[in-house]
Amino acid sequence: MSRQKPSGLAIWLGLSDNSFTRQKTVKFGDATAVNSGRFYSMLTLAVLVAAWVVASAFDLVEPFYWPSISGTWERLVKIVGEGFRNTALLDHVGISVYRVLSGVFYGALVGIPLGFAMGLSSIGRGLFDPVVEFMRPIPPLALIPLIILWFGIDEFAKIFLLFLASLFIMTIAARSGVSSVRITKVHAAYSLGASKLQILRHVILPNALPEIFTGLRTSMGVCWGTVVAAELVAADKGLGSMIMIAKNFLQTDTVVIGIILIGIIGYIIELIMRRLEQWLIPWRGKG
Amino acid sequence: MAETAEIAIDGISMVYTLPDSEVDALNDVSLDIAKGEIMSVLGPSGCGKTTLLNIIAGFLSPTRGEVRVAGTPVKGPGAERGMVFQQGALFEWLSVEQNISFGPRMCGRDRAETADTVQRLLGIVGLVEFADKPVYQLSGGMQQRVALARCLANDPDVILMDEPLGALDALTREKMQGLVLRLWKETGKTILLITHSVEEALFLGERLIVMAPRPGRIEKEFRLPFADEALEKPARDVKAGVEFVSAREEILSMIWDMEEEIMGDNG
Repeated sequence: MSRQKPSGLAIWLGLSDNSFTRQKTVKFGDATAVNSGRFYSMLTLAVLVAAWVVASAFDLVEPFYWPSISGTWERLVKIVGEGFRNTALLDHVGISVYRVLSGVFYGALVGIPLGFAMGLSSIGRGLFDPVVEFMRPIPPLALIPLIILWFGIDEFAKIFLLFLASLFIMTIAARSGVSSVRITKVHAAYSLGASKLQILRHVILPNALPEIFTGLRTSMGVCWGTVVAAELVAADKGLGSMIMIAKNFLQTDTVVIGIILIGIIGYIIELIMRRLEQWLIPWRGKG
Repeated sequence: MAETAEIAIDGISMVYTLPDSEVDALNDVSLDIAKGEIMSVLGPSGCGKTTLLNIIAGFLSPTRGEVRVAGTPVKGPGAERGMVFQQGALFEWLSVEQNISFGPRMCGRDRAETADTVQRLLGIVGLVEFADKPVYQLSGGMQQRVALARCLANDPDVILMDEPLGALDALTREKMQGLVLRLWKETGKTILLITHSVEEALFLGERLIVMAPRPGRIEKEFRLPFADEALEKPARDVKAGVEFVSAREEILSMIWDMEEEIMGDNG
């Protein structure tokens, strides 16, 4: 019995098995036999868009609850051209991204040395463990009221909130990176004549980089969620504030545009971080 | 005190204190290893051979006794005592070349000189064309050749090997044994090798120590001709020789008995 070779397109779409999975007789329960299913992804997107088109064409939904597709498109063109509330759309996006990057940057700046101290010294671990373990399960959003009381609602307050959100993630990531170093690597380095400082710089740090990077990626994701929420509460610029103000003016179309943008940018951040990781830390998981 | 031994192990005891008992990992072990000697250490698990190696390397300090290397008491790890570990001790973020030059770089040696050393060692272990490759792209056998070269780059007086070939497949392992022997002969280093494989211990050791557990001690010592023979004869011929086979059987049954005793204790 000869089987026809499936086309490259069919494999790409996930409609045919590739040359490896085709030979497998047991597929249920084998995670490597589950392909991308791209065809069905496209189907989902097509159905969603079609539903929106149909709903718009026949006025099935009140625009107050969900805007028509043409109206949303017009609004998008308008916001891109004129901006929203005297601020260009790009500036709304830019300020949100800037807040996230600042928060993650300061979080890493403080969190990484803190995590190293906790992973390398009993005193460091003892001193900071109660604070880190206590703060870890608290969602950053729960800190917003306190931060508004302390710092008001200016730029510093928002970045401080994001700093806190990333601080504990980075601390824990750096600590676990330090703790994961295999003792034979450290012993090997000592036997090659390395000093303590050299071992920190040339063994412990590079060994911890993969986990530090995972921490950065998680931080970016959490901070992106937190910044939007923080802007919902108090801000005049940023994507979160844009959709909150739009809601006050009952501009459902702007709200929807904002939500889609938040999703897309979150996804782009994740993609960039994954690419950076492959480029900067190719040895991840190869020890 | 004038000492002839390169490594002098002098009345070493190691007691691990547990909450409700004490474990004698090593009990009054004494041993001299001459300069340029290659010695293998065998024994069932729990006989303290790794503890012994870690004490010589300076990673553990013994409860009683002292180790001297070239007359100097061991207080901690040092570059004059090189280590080769089982797999996983290479720095996976560095290339083959950077791994080999790690020691000289840490010790602040001359760069040009280090580059020459690295080139020479790459040639000896047959990895010249892999110099710029990251180590994780290499096979297990190649990685252990990098580990050997990395250790030699520092030109240590003594090389301590902790089951360096333990994770390799049987064929690669035999080839690597030949390389270890060649390096020993060419460099004249003092080598102490710990292994689980009776055949490997017989083949590579000029002297072979069999250790026994509870308490960890030296059970028997052999002086063997095979390491020297293998420099002239093919390895397979040496290992198939009558003497080699009978020595192997003797040691195997000795270790078998020890394992039986341990199992009996537990049962």
